Amino acid sequence: MSGHSGSAETPIVKIRGLHFAHGSRVIFDGIDIDIPRGRVTAIMGPSGTGKTTLLKLIGGQLRPDAGSIEVDGIDVHRLSRRALFQLRMRMGMLFQSGALLTDIDVFENVAYPLREHTDLPESMIRVLVLMKLEAVGLRGAHDLMPAELSGGMARRVALARAIALDPMMVMYDEPFTGQDPISMGVLAKLIRRLNDAVQITSVLVSHDVEETSAIADLIYVISGGKVVEQGTPDQLSISTSDQVRQFMRGLPDGPMRFHYEAPPLVEELLGPGRKP
Amino acid sequence: MLDALARFGRHGMVALERFGRAHLLFLQIVAGITSLLPRPGLLVTQTYSVGVRTLVIVTVSGLFVGMVLGLQGYYVLSQFAAEDSLGVMVAASLVRELGPVVTALLFAGRAGSALTAEIGLMKATEQLSGLEMMAVDPVRRILTPRFFAGLISMPVLAALFSAIGALGGYFVGVGLLGVDDGAFWSQMQAKIDWNEDVINGVIKSLVFGLVCTWIALFQGYDSVPTSEGVSRATTRTVVHSALAVLVLDFVLTAMMFGE
Repeated sequence: MSGHSGSAETPIVKIRGLHFAHGSRVIFDGIDIDIPRGRVTAIMGPSGTGKTTLLKLIGGQLRPDAGSIEVDGIDVHRLSRRALFQLRMRMGMLFQSGALLTDIDVFENVAYPLREHTDLPESMIRVLVLMKLEAVGLRGAHDLMPAELSGGMARRVALARAIALDPMMVMYDEPFTGQDPISMGVLAKLIRRLNDAVQITSVLVSHDVEETSAIADLIYVISGGKVVEQGTPDQLSISTSDQVRQFMRGLPDGPMRFHYEAPPLVEELLGPGRKP
Repeated sequence: MLDALARFGRHGMVALERFGRAHLLFLQIVAGITSLLPRPGLLVTQTYSVGVRTLVIVTVSGLFVGMVLGLQGYYVLSQFAAEDSLGVMVAASLVRELGPVVTALLFAGRAGSALTAEIGLMKATEQLSGLEMMAVDPVRRILTPRFFAGLISMPVLAALFSAIGALGGYFVGVGLLGVDDGAFWSQMQAKIDWNEDVINGVIKSLVFGLVCTWIALFQGYDSVPTSEGVSRATTRTVVHSALAVLVLDFVLTAMMFGE
């Protein structure tokens, strides 16, 4: 499944002039992003900047208002539904919640894409599922139901499911959110190890600076609908951009506002328009 | 005045758009029948979940509705010395009206609300998005089997409701109030017409099954993916289904039995 049609130099995902808005709220205002093959690329930025939306746009679950997104040389939003599904079979996605099917056990969740898209015999499916679960350290949990898993375990099972068809690219939506330090470290190492072992491309959406910087080859920082900086973690750590410095160091004051837009507090509390 | 008109127009447009989405989803669901052929197990599982699990409430309700019909019918008919017609009255009421209608209302409350909550929660927990990203069409994989399970289950449940109801009427009329056993069954057999009563009842229950399941699936699939959104969608399923069943019952009855 992981066959590539492009060369190693051409980016696997090429985003040009992407515009996207939710109603009147502009999420992306003409961004350009290149995601190189075989690397771990992180898309970072404060909450609400549209990082998850970007993954949904790449996966064809949302349509851009303007601009183009090419995955492996194919314009995602010009595809028929059938062709889009063919492309998605070469992409894996790890959702923030895991998105495991709750009425079937761990084994069946990982086996699900194999059963849906291949005619492999049951014995082969068993071997493949157990191998994928072994890769994420959960072979022993194959007969548990999703409700019996911790958040970290659920994400590791979801990761095993995402790589079941040996995709060319895996997209990770906030994999570290809500994880304890051990799970976070394990997941970070797992993402890097899977990327290096099978030469897939990893696209990581996160706002966890430390963990993401430790495993990413390339980082894009998004804020206010624009790409404000791109580079290796080392380059970003010495960036002179105020926005990047504020984000990477977690500073409360800076160009990225902590407070949602509102009239001055005094005016709201004591002004003529206050509610009794 | 103009503002009110504009608001009314906006609400109308939203309702119309929603109605259109519901119809498009219906077409997608029905078109998905081809995906069921290689996987009949999906239909069997959902028929168990939608139909078999509704059996208890339907049979218990059918028994008591039949018993009440037996009691009320006896008191009315005895005033005209026509107690022997109790069997016809009970059976006709059940097969023509109460069987399909009450079963549909119970179905909407038990299976319809469960379907909406299940689909809505699958949406809220990104399971439907997860299927999409695994290149699996959630409409074909999740909605189509549930729709046909509802369509198959409703006539069977309505038939069971009517059969158990007739037994309830027999128990009260013959067992407790002394109506003649032979007259109860023979009049029922002689006066209940296969086409006029039974087939029309089956047609009604098929239509109710289609509408209730469609409403339940659409409300779940179109719900706002939050706890409040799923809760509202579940309520809407029960209310819309009940109204649709009662309105359609009038229309179908007028078409079937009107002059």
